[in-house]
Amino acid sequence: MSATEIPQITVGTELPAVQVPKITRTTLALFAGASGDHDPMHIDIDAAKSVGLEDVFAHGMLSMAYLGQLLTDWVPQSAIRSWNVRFAAIPPLCESDLHGRGHGRRRRRRDARHQGLARRRHRHPRRRGRRRR
Amino acid sequence: MAGDRDRALALEFPPLTFDVERGRLRAFTSAIGEQDPTYLDVEAARAAGHPDVPVPPTLYFSMNLEQADPFWYLHALGTDLRFILHGEQSFTYHAQEYAGDRLMLQSRICDVFAKRGGALKFLVNDTEVRRGDELIAETRTVIVVRNPEARA
Repeated sequence: MSATEIPQITVGTELPAVQVPKITRTTLALFAGASGDHDPMHIDIDAAKSVGLEDVFAHGMLSMAYLGQLLTDWVPQSAIRSWNVRFAAIPPLCESDLHGRGHGRRRRRRDARHQGLARRRHRHPRRRGRRRR
Repeated sequence: MAGDRDRALALEFPPLTFDVERGRLRAFTSAIGEQDPTYLDVEAARAAGHPDVPVPPTLYFSMNLEQADPFWYLHALGTDLRFILHGEQSFTYHAQEYAGDRLMLQSRICDVFAKRGGALKFLVNDTEVRRGDELIAETRTVIVVRNPEARA
């Protein structure tokens, strides 16, 4: 359920973890259609192999969408001013559930006190790397 | 490299219209496993105080893909799409958007640079999302183009 209040934010505030389902080829097929990103690297194993990859890989934006849910589960969406994600590794298909966690940091003490702003730094554990805000 | 950058920065992106529709929002939020009914159902959204189903935070990226060839600019620059990766993504929000609104997207490439001796090329694509004259959101997409033949 989405949050309705701005929580107290201080340096080191830990965001509630989000559990996301296994990323399967079905997940990628549905996300490709729903997101409009039909890049064959995500849905066509022959295309992936043609550039030396073993298999298709997940859209970076799928992971970012999971992180977006981590945020909207934590605060009202209207409280989110801006955020940035750097994709650090190619996300593989996963057999196990993923666990996303974030750590909040106060951006500017005065702003945070008045507006509840915080820079958010997210670590999304992957088998081969991590992406963070 | 300088020629690439000049060509990229000179590219003119046609403005893109995106109509926010409930069905599209539901397809997207279902595909990402969203459990919050506010994002799935208009009655739940209104019960939560929204006028209609809200646009979730990352859908603004997808709006730019609503065209016949969303990567036309990469084709225009001679990029092999098999070697692109999504490097980075930013969103800045100025207002909440909902189903029923019509949005206009205007993009431009604002920077191109290379690293690792040309093994990696980066294109920075900025988009402004407006509802009429009102700036709703801004996105920044960094596309990484791998050049396996360049020496790192």
